[in-house]
Amino acid sequence: MIDKRVQGPSEAVADIHDGATVMIGGFGEAGSPIELIHALIDRGSKGLTVISNNTGSGQVGLAALLKAERVAKVICSFPRTANSTVFPDLYRRGKVELELVPQGTLAERIRAGGAGIPAFYTPAAVGTPLAEGKESRTFDGKEYLLERWLRADFALIKGRSADTHGNVVYHKTARNFGPIMAMAARVAIVQVRSVVQPGAIDPEVVVTPGIFVDRVVEVREPRHESELVAAGATYP
Amino acid sequence: MSDDAPQIGWSRDEMARRVALDIPSGSYVNLGIGIPELVAKFVPEGRTLIYHTENGLLGMGPSPKPEAADPELINAGKRQVTALPGAAYFHHADSFAMIRGGHLDLCVLGAMQVARSGDLANWSTGEPDAIPAVGGAMDLVAGVKSVYVITQHCTKTGEPKLVDRCTYPLTGRSVVNRVYTELAVIDITSKGFELVELCPGVEFEYVRERTGAPLLRR
Repeated sequence: MIDKRVQGPSEAVADIHDGATVMIGGFGEAGSPIELIHALIDRGSKGLTVISNNTGSGQVGLAALLKAERVAKVICSFPRTANSTVFPDLYRRGKVELELVPQGTLAERIRAGGAGIPAFYTPAAVGTPLAEGKESRTFDGKEYLLERWLRADFALIKGRSADTHGNVVYHKTARNFGPIMAMAARVAIVQVRSVVQPGAIDPEVVVTPGIFVDRVVEVREPRHESELVAAGATYP
Repeated sequence: MSDDAPQIGWSRDEMARRVALDIPSGSYVNLGIGIPELVAKFVPEGRTLIYHTENGLLGMGPSPKPEAADPELINAGKRQVTALPGAAYFHHADSFAMIRGGHLDLCVLGAMQVARSGDLANWSTGEPDAIPAVGGAMDLVAGVKSVYVITQHCTKTGEPKLVDRCTYPLTGRSVVNRVYTELAVIDITSKGFELVELCPGVEFEYVRERTGAPLLRR
């Protein structure tokens, strides 16, 4: 019998080792798996490479992971957000490396990683500073840049619900990077509000098929980053 | 110009209204953060536009009533929005396939500089202390069929934003089709900046003096 449930966030992240590459879902606070990130802070893993669109806000979630100086390198498209001071401070002090990637290129590199495509050509960033050092090629008279796939040891993702086989549905714009990160990580860990039995999710509406998901953990009442930030919360 | 100088040209709302006039009904449109967001308020009656926000929603509607607010229903500027009847959610790779694959008709972006060649700079001043952040701008200008810019004609210190060559780091090369400022509507053509329309009460010479490259009349 397949049952991908684990007991709680701390069990879900227990094997995330020092130096791991971790994809973290979310666009701003939408889809940010705060409880999994907090469990990762508790786990104490260091020297992480984090692949995520943003770098968090306030001193909770992703920003708290950065503030705890557990992250050696960030691969992202937009490390600047309202109420975001942790990353800029670390970056200016040389405490964290940044690889800046256009948002669509970031998404496609992750998708490619999950789809077994080691590299692809994209028109984005041609002629800009982000093209420096990249191989370019002309197809049908237009220039494109070669971009490599991104893969990860782990992905931390937030869904709305999942069945015990790992089939996931998402909530509104919290879907963002979840489906592609689940594909691109060796171990995809999904927190959801409710875990249901197989058959409870209509196969026609499954967004991430269970083959891409390794662990499902129920977090019935996930916190929202903006509410925690407004309350002045910090973690730990 | 001092701060108490009288307003010359269109207000921000009037600029947004002028952009909205040019968008055909049925267009799929991505609006950038800032002044571009205002365009949605001024769509002429009888036209239906479908708004795309690159974080994963087609059919974006206005800000929610407080009781309907959801922190996980947001736009690219991370502000809470609504989903209109007929809306669809999708993941980021699909969202940027819409962009890069040429499926969107139009995007409206802000700018730091636009060059006469259509080069756009709108993501970084390139200063060593700046935190570089690019988001989806480079993908949008590379893939969307038409790229409109809405911006003040000059910077706060009076420097032209329409220039011969961009001095800030580029977002894309030869990507802008049209620029809307408080003074004029200007096309980017093979010959450079070409005036489409002056704001009522603004003289051609006034615009020409504030443009950092030759401004042609039609």
